[in-house]
Amino acid sequence: MTPSPAGRRAAARVATLGPGFAFLTVFLLVPLALVLSYTVFRRGRFGGIVYEPTGENFARLADPLYLDVVLGSVRLAAVTTLLALLLGYPTAYMIARLPGRWKAIALVAVVLPFWTNFLIRTYAWIVLLNSQGPVNSGLEALGLGPVELLYTDGAIVAGLLYAYLPLMILPLYSAIERLDPQLREASANLGARPARTFWSVTLPLSLPGVLTGCVFVFVPSLGNFVIPELLGGGRRIMVGNLIRDQFLKARDWPFGSVLALAVIAVLVLLLFAQAWAGRRAGRNG
Amino acid sequence: MARREPALRGNGWLRLPFWLTYLFLYAPIAVLVVMSFNRNKTPYSWGGFSLDWYGRLAENSSLRTGLVNTLIVALGSTALSTVLGTLLAVGLARHTRSRVLDALSTLPAILPDLVLAIGLLVFYSAIKMTLGLHSVLVAHTVFGMAFVTAVVRARLGHADTSLEEASQDLGATPYTTFIKVTLPTLAPGIVAGALLAFTLSLDEFVIAFFTHAPSQPTLPIVIYSMVRFGVTPEINALATLLLAVSFTVVIVAQRLTKLTEAL
Repeated sequence: MTPSPAGRRAAARVATLGPGFAFLTVFLLVPLALVLSYTVFRRGRFGGIVYEPTGENFARLADPLYLDVVLGSVRLAAVTTLLALLLGYPTAYMIARLPGRWKAIALVAVVLPFWTNFLIRTYAWIVLLNSQGPVNSGLEALGLGPVELLYTDGAIVAGLLYAYLPLMILPLYSAIERLDPQLREASANLGARPARTFWSVTLPLSLPGVLTGCVFVFVPSLGNFVIPELLGGGRRIMVGNLIRDQFLKARDWPFGSVLALAVIAVLVLLLFAQAWAGRRAGRNG
Repeated sequence: MARREPALRGNGWLRLPFWLTYLFLYAPIAVLVVMSFNRNKTPYSWGGFSLDWYGRLAENSSLRTGLVNTLIVALGSTALSTVLGTLLAVGLARHTRSRVLDALSTLPAILPDLVLAIGLLVFYSAIKMTLGLHSVLVAHTVFGMAFVTAVVRARLGHADTSLEEASQDLGATPYTTFIKVTLPTLAPGIVAGALLAFTLSLDEFVIAFFTHAPSQPTLPIVIYSMVRFGVTPEINALATLLLAVSFTVVIVAQRLTKLTEAL
């Protein structure tokens, strides 16, 4: 007996989508649902969870101690994002204007360090910024040093920028590359100076790329716990460190879950902003 | 040379941040590589060329264990991600229009790694599963699969459905059509997706940190404990080797995708 076409289609649907979504349900949706549910329960005395509903995990977010950590990390992540934008935009702009072959090489060169081990890339900055490292040797030769560079907020920002700069450049590049050069020519022909053209044509039209890049840099910067530990020497605690500690040291899973939820909320908010800007740019463009 | 656009003229100052970016990206790597060949034990003064630190590396047994563990996890999770991700991509492109499923398939790639890591830690603990290489392997499959799905779907977008329809019209079963027609046209995408999943797994630290058993660390976790200890020339040598490996993989992958696209 041959199955009907409709039966075959249903079978094909189950065979292709079934295994993957079963896997994602068990190992992604259920874990996320667990984390979400833990936000409203009490912590156990020795870790784990006591299933008594409580609002105190959320209330602890307002504790000045934790608020400081959150605001401090938002500030460092924002500085990193701004620097990435200032460095990344002109770079992406230049790459988009390069002739074909050089464009490909310049793009690969941006991505290449990103494919090397993240810990090694962070370690490189310990070597660079150490009190006896090359940067300080240079400063000393100029009579300016040694300066304490490692274990500062500056070192953390340098490490975060180094880790995530390619994530800023790539979306910027694809946004700028897509722009029609005729728009800029038209603007120039109508008498606008290059700066005017940039501010009123190029930049607004590449805004979706700017926002994507900012989300790609800001969110992982906020959640990173390795760089503050290795380059900040543990003096600066960021949200990522706090979450790690709630799960692996303090064993306060409910509060850790609240912090994780806060990071997700920031991500969702930023993604909405980005989608909104994308639609707006699409309408105007 | 191509005609220069008006925008490029008068924008010479853009060259400064452009070159600054590449200096910023490559100077730290260059310093590591040079230092790895330094004979001196104190890492900052040059004592002549030497390969001593590479020799030391070969004797380091915890690195060897870490490397073996990492390869097991990366190969296993890549195999699993490739099968699940390819099926999912085909299913999403051909058998459903659900935007929810579509979003769910890309969620692991967007979600911060720390959130996925604690989610799995909490889940493993709730079902009382002992941690080991298997728990890391499963965790890496969650995000590896998302990348395979994305890459294969991109390939499916270009693929012509008329071949599949012809195959069905000639009486082939959906299964035969899938094996003989769909899979071969998708092969370049599948290879690219698998390579991506493999390299991501090799380097992944955060999720492995939360889901591994202390007795079975992966290579990034071994490196983390070494790096926390401070600067040693041995790490410089290790870094140089890892850089060489990932640079080679990226360049080979680039060539490969160009080659398969040309076919």
